[in-house]
Amino acid sequence: MITKRIIPCLDVKDGRVVKGVNFQGLSDVSSPVELAKYYSDHGADELVFYDITASFEGRKLFTEILREVASSIFIPLTVGGGINTVEDFDRVLKCGADKVSVNSGAIRNPDLIREAAQRYGDQCVVLSADIKRVDGAFRVFAKGGREDTGMEAIGWIKRCVSLGAGEVVVNSIDTDGVKQGFDLEMLEAVCNAVRVPVIASGGAGKTEDFVQLFHALPGVDAGLAASVFHFGEIEIPDLKKILREQTIIVRL
Amino acid sequence: MIAVVDYGVGNLFSLRSSLNAIGAEVIVSSDPEDIRRAGKILLPGVGAFADAAAKLRDSGLDRVLCEEAERGKDILGICLGMQLLFARSYEYGEHEGLGLIPGAVVPMEGKLPSALKIPHIGWNALHLRRKHPLLQYVKEGDCVYFVHSFYADRCEESILATAEYGIEITAAVAKGNVMGCQFHPEKSGDVGLSILRAFCEKGANT
Repeated sequence: MITKRIIPCLDVKDGRVVKGVNFQGLSDVSSPVELAKYYSDHGADELVFYDITASFEGRKLFTEILREVASSIFIPLTVGGGINTVEDFDRVLKCGADKVSVNSGAIRNPDLIREAAQRYGDQCVVLSADIKRVDGAFRVFAKGGREDTGMEAIGWIKRCVSLGAGEVVVNSIDTDGVKQGFDLEMLEAVCNAVRVPVIASGGAGKTEDFVQLFHALPGVDAGLAASVFHFGEIEIPDLKKILREQTIIVRL
Repeated sequence: MIAVVDYGVGNLFSLRSSLNAIGAEVIVSSDPEDIRRAGKILLPGVGAFADAAAKLRDSGLDRVLCEEAERGKDILGICLGMQLLFARSYEYGEHEGLGLIPGAVVPMEGKLPSALKIPHIGWNALHLRRKHPLLQYVKEGDCVYFVHSFYADRCEESILATAEYGIEITAAVAKGNVMGCQFHPEKSGDVGLSILRAFCEKGANT
């Protein structure tokens, strides 16, 4: 049976991983290549790199780093951050990314999803949606969660999937950083609305949060997190062992 | 020397990197002469079957591949590259493939329990059907990475391994010197690299 995926997410700025990770045996805690290798060797099923650089030079550096990462690890790589045009897709795919995640770029121009899906296939286009409750309704936020677009989130996600998004990352702003578990209510609403893989993000604080996620919502395909992995609060091999004990199918 | 056939479909960066990582000598080329000279051939591919088959035909590479297969050269098709080895595909219509392995490529749509998503995307366990040099380093239950919406059917005699996704999905096939895997070995971590290594080593000692 298909396994549930565990995905660490790394923010990269000017070619360095933000919030360097202090793992034993890592000589350079901010090196994207070393960290990617570490995670790949320690049970990660996939890696997400977000380029949070604003400058042109930083962006160029990012693609160089990406090329280096993709030459040394052989699991799927998703790249996001600053993806606004089909040329941006082209730039990161040529450097070894397998999937490209779009967020604000798709909000500005939803046709980006259609164009990219036509050129590279649906499997290559990942919609990343930052969602927050406003007056009890799920709303899409742009610009890293800072700006309320006023759009209703489930309708937005359905629209993007119909345009060709092959996977959806649901990042709950309400649970992000709180470390009290994933936003099951929000995720359930998304799972009920689309038939593409759904990746849960925002709120993981402990192993049980992942167990609860996959038990409560069989429609969720993957759990994504950053700090709990980076700070060693959860070690992926331990997490996967416990998931398997709890009858959740994972790759060991 | 392994020739990776470059016929304008998909990204060959990872495949080239993974072959480099196992120390294989690689040439990525669309030149029939390079492909004829190479000791082994790797046929990659992502995207639509009809489009890829047309590109192989238009470039004349379909004939080169069939002739080299006939001469006994090892060929490994990956993902869509594997599907192209079959006689035909029913991906949006009916299209002819290379016909190197008997069988047909058919849609998953309509065959899976409704809870399962299409494409079949993610890591899934291999169930080994028979021993073969290509899978000599693979253990029963090892996981590999799949991304596809169509699968090879009616190829019972060629199946090396399957994966379970509501139905049994053809995961790896071989008929003589022609081999294929539906999953992406270049994205399947150490297990994937071991399959590429086995392909490179195959026949080296004989």
